[in-house]
Amino acid sequence: MAINPTQPIYFSTQHRLQWEEAQQKHVILYPEGMVELNQSSAEILKLCDGSRTLAQIVSDLEEKFATTGLTNDITAFLEAALSNGWINQH
Amino acid sequence: MAGLTNTNITPPRWLTAELTYACPLQCPYCSNPLDYAKYPTELSTEDWMRVLTEARKMGALQLGFTGGEPLTRQDLPELVKHARELGYYSNLITSGYGMTEEKIVQLKEAGLDHIQVSIQASTQELNDHIAGTTSFEHKKTVAHLVKKHGYPMVLCVVIHRENIHQMPEILAMAEELGADYVELANTQYYGWAHANRNLLLPTKEQFVKAEQIAQAFKEKAAGKMKIYYVVPDFYEDRPKKCMNGWGTTNLTIAPDGVALPCHSARELPGLDCPNVKDYSISEIWNESKAFNFFRGDDWMQEPCRSCDEKEKDLGGCRCQAYLLTGDMYKTDPVCSKSPEHGVVQEAIDAAAKASQLAANEQPLVFRNSKNSRNFLKTL
Repeated sequence: MAINPTQPIYFSTQHRLQWEEAQQKHVILYPEGMVELNQSSAEILKLCDGSRTLAQIVSDLEEKFATTGLTNDITAFLEAALSNGWINQH
Repeated sequence: MAGLTNTNITPPRWLTAELTYACPLQCPYCSNPLDYAKYPTELSTEDWMRVLTEARKMGALQLGFTGGEPLTRQDLPELVKHARELGYYSNLITSGYGMTEEKIVQLKEAGLDHIQVSIQASTQELNDHIAGTTSFEHKKTVAHLVKKHGYPMVLCVVIHRENIHQMPEILAMAEELGADYVELANTQYYGWAHANRNLLLPTKEQFVKAEQIAQAFKEKAAGKMKIYYVVPDFYEDRPKKCMNGWGTTNLTIAPDGVALPCHSARELPGLDCPNVKDYSISEIWNESKAFNFFRGDDWMQEPCRSCDEKEKDLGGCRCQAYLLTGDMYKTDPVCSKSPEHGVVQEAIDAAAKASQLAANEQPLVFRNSKNSRNFLKTL
């Protein structure tokens, strides 16, 4: 599924994103299931709060980690997240 | 506490809290033990609070409130609130019986994450027959209310010979009710389902047809509804990796406080399952005899011991090995490499034969206290 570049991205209200102290990682929780996230996936999803578009997420992360060229990786991850139902665009 | 110590123990991730054996429904495939009438005592609210706290501290994250019917516990909202404060993802596994809109709102405010409603069939007549209770219309109302109040809604339908022909109608009902997930759980033959196996086990043809319908629907519904399809392992040639491995992931606490590595483990002899009233969750998980019993693979017999697939399924299900062969150490006979694989075909043949009998010649044994007490008398 493709991300609409003009619309903000929200984390799904049907899922929960949470830091797990025991596992030292972020997890996504949903009915009777969970997904463990690596650090970069968690950093992207934390920015999906309905206040940013794809381009804004990319620029925020490039600034935070003082790097460039993240567009393709972040887009691919968010497309997968969208098809998993973790994020949405209203 | 007696038992082995093992340094490679992973922490529990799933806590199954069987709050009560009380249930207004009488489903003949209930996974509760046949002798549940023997265990009428229930843990206090304080005990449950402590169990939740201790398991969470060890890393448990998913929490299932189940039973019996968990709604019969008056302290459910209190337990849900405590679970939320601890950071659990709380699932309520309910028949819907006794659920009201007021309670749905109250549980949401307490922090409940998800409600799974079971429906027994796509028609009122069959639903109410299997449930042993008039409940069909109310269940549908509850499903609507679950959606209305913003919970993810999981519809759970246990599949067996009496309802497997309704697969298209069951899926249409799930769509109409707006389910986010549908769990199509082919009956697993433990507890009451084991006692009723001849009347519940479908033929291979029925199973294959129903699976095709479910798979086709899965593709059609992609993006709207997720389908969890639990295969009946009698028609597989490899067993399931039961509970993701004994004592690796799941911790079940029975209504009276007995801690179990899986909800059926109470049926196994000689495990001496510990009670949370006597030990901490950490002692139970790490040190008890019961939780270490089938950890790793030292316990395995041939053909499992030298099998190159043993890490894949860990020898299958211990309860199934016990129920079908009388020896809980044996290879799960669902495996085609098991020397006793023939018992599975015998079970299938016996069920096919029983399907020719009239209902009054071999009636279903419904899950209720009277039948449980009758079962106890036969021991």
